[in-house]
Amino acid sequence: MKSPMNYGPAIFAGAFLTLASSWCGLILAPYLQYGRLSEVHIEQTDRNYPEAAFGSAARGREIYRANGCIYCHSQQVRPEGFGDDIERGWGKRRSVSRDYIHDKPVFLGTMRTGPDLANIGLRQTSIEWHLTHLYNPQITSAGSIMPPFRFLFEVRKIGQAPSSDALQLASKFAPKAGYQVVASQDAKDLVAYLLSLHADASLPEAPVSP
Amino acid sequence: MNHQTPSLSAALNPADTDDTAERRALLVEIDASCRRPLLFLFSNSLLWLMAGTLLALLASYKMHAPEFLADWSWLTFGRVRPAHLNTMVYGFASQAGIGVAIWLLCRLGRVPFMQGGLVMVATVFWNLGVTIGTIGILAGDSTSIEWLEFPKYATPIIFISYALIAIWAVITFRYRREKHLYVSQWYLLAALFWFPGLYAVANIMLVVHPMGGTVGAAVNWWYAHNVLGLWFTPIGLAAIYYFIPKVIGRPIHSYSLSVLGFWSLALFYNWAGVHHLIGGPMPAWLLTVGIVASVMMIIPVVTVAINQHLTMVGHFRQLKYSPTLRFMVFGAMSYTVVSLQGSSMAIRSLNEVTHFTHYTIAHAHMGVYAFFTMVLFGSIYYIMPRLTLREWPSATLIHIHFWAAAVGILLYVVPLSVGGVLQGLALNKPDIPFLKVVELTKPYLIMRTFSGIVLTVGHTAFAINFIWLLATRARPYQPPVSFIQAGLATDRPSGPLTLAP
Repeated sequence: MKSPMNYGPAIFAGAFLTLASSWCGLILAPYLQYGRLSEVHIEQTDRNYPEAAFGSAARGREIYRANGCIYCHSQQVRPEGFGDDIERGWGKRRSVSRDYIHDKPVFLGTMRTGPDLANIGLRQTSIEWHLTHLYNPQITSAGSIMPPFRFLFEVRKIGQAPSSDALQLASKFAPKAGYQVVASQDAKDLVAYLLSLHADASLPEAPVSP
Repeated sequence: MNHQTPSLSAALNPADTDDTAERRALLVEIDASCRRPLLFLFSNSLLWLMAGTLLALLASYKMHAPEFLADWSWLTFGRVRPAHLNTMVYGFASQAGIGVAIWLLCRLGRVPFMQGGLVMVATVFWNLGVTIGTIGILAGDSTSIEWLEFPKYATPIIFISYALIAIWAVITFRYRREKHLYVSQWYLLAALFWFPGLYAVANIMLVVHPMGGTVGAAVNWWYAHNVLGLWFTPIGLAAIYYFIPKVIGRPIHSYSLSVLGFWSLALFYNWAGVHHLIGGPMPAWLLTVGIVASVMMIIPVVTVAINQHLTMVGHFRQLKYSPTLRFMVFGAMSYTVVSLQGSSMAIRSLNEVTHFTHYTIAHAHMGVYAFFTMVLFGSIYYIMPRLTLREWPSATLIHIHFWAAAVGILLYVVPLSVGGVLQGLALNKPDIPFLKVVELTKPYLIMRTFSGIVLTVGHTAFAINFIWLLATRARPYQPPVSFIQAGLATDRPSGPLTLAP
């Protein structure tokens, strides 16, 4: 008797059908359900949400991608009652799919070696803080294991006067006398991207409780 | 020997061999046909294993010593880590897995491999693709999509080379002389189709034409989890199903269990990947599907566990003699443990703690290393002497490799899992400042680097033995390698360990 388990095409057909069914269920179905979400108008600010990153922030997103920030930082606030993201101050409400409609690819992340960044633009609003932190995390967050991103900065000889862009560093962290640390365009773009991260708009599916 | 109608028990038992001259001649012919392409695949995979090990050490060390080599952008943690993962997944594990799959398909189908030369050309391009992709990641072109970091100028090369290899594996299978299909062949056939299906779909949807929004995350985890579940796992199980009965010389425990195990894996593993997004900004039904499928995975895992472990029962004494068996049994046991652990991690209350922590990283290494890589090592220890017609030059080096790998991966997984749980519990207590949580994980990260050094010792021993084997000239006859040289004649089961089949 010839069992179907002795029949190569039967194995292939089974392999095809199982994979195709999960593709339909896990990818096609969600796409049909919410793959075409659009921006909503927010009355309080009279602006649409979410807005696509553009200019400096869009370029900064590429720096975030190139340097693998996602391996330590998530960008998602878990719902109330599941973890303590909101209590930790990482967001005013849970993240929802609409927050990410412009993100290609989406940087949800799976690791929190560092803190969540879904609302970092609201939590740390100072450009100077971010630049200093990227240059040397120990200055702003002693004991951090985040690598310094010195390659996004230039150590430049001070000419007539220090550049207006130069970082203000305590002597312990400053370069040798006569030199200054200046952020590259990449560093400024990355900070622009970080400052653009906020998921605080009150949405019908995720209202912010006042 | 009559190839048309083997008895069921004969077909179930690859060790059940009638040692006729005709049969021996066929096996020699098969191994000769595999010799060049497989030596090439295994040598390349070994190079990637060493490169991936170096990248792993670097990433691990940087995690607790962030100042180390911090001035070069191409060596920043966020680039070295994906470079490690991708070299290991595509350079080492996939390539060695393809080699093992080809050999098993030829041996079980009683048919010499076809077009070995073409496959070698395809292998050159595969390695070119992995090299370009890895350099791309280090240069800053990573996609930052987990398990798919290779930039879009590298992935088509990999896909086309894979297609060329797989097509010849399937054509060889079509020309098999042994018509009865053994369990291993089901898994291998399915895997040969699943990988290109997954790779093509995920690359088109995420790398070539990136898809926006969280549906992209669903594609990402559908792919990434299935590389483990539908590519590594079936090859690993195929090897275990082949080598354990082969080495100990008895049939697998139950035919019907193996049918159930295969189809339930095919049905449920597919759907489990979205459990990586539990708590995320996705519809609840989608995450629930992932949780249900993950828990249902208990069926194939327990089925396979009963089948494989009951085959071994009463034969553990043979672990003393056969290097292949040691690695295989370690891998098979790890598969049971890591899979049940994976099911539990999908349960919401546990996921709430372990998600976003090092616990997940430990789990991933348990799957890819303690299960799949150990099975690959075991297979290579069996296959290489048959390809080269000479024995492994040093039993001591195999000893070192086994113990360093076994102890190293336990030193990796156990402390990092503990650290991960502590990290998760602390993260869920908002009054503990974040930097305190970081501080708490540091000792475990340092221990991870230590375990990495132990694993490196094992890999180095393996590499030395491998190169030594390639460099030795074939001699007409050498006694088979064994952990215990004395007393071989009486203790060793006849057949399976010797050079001839």
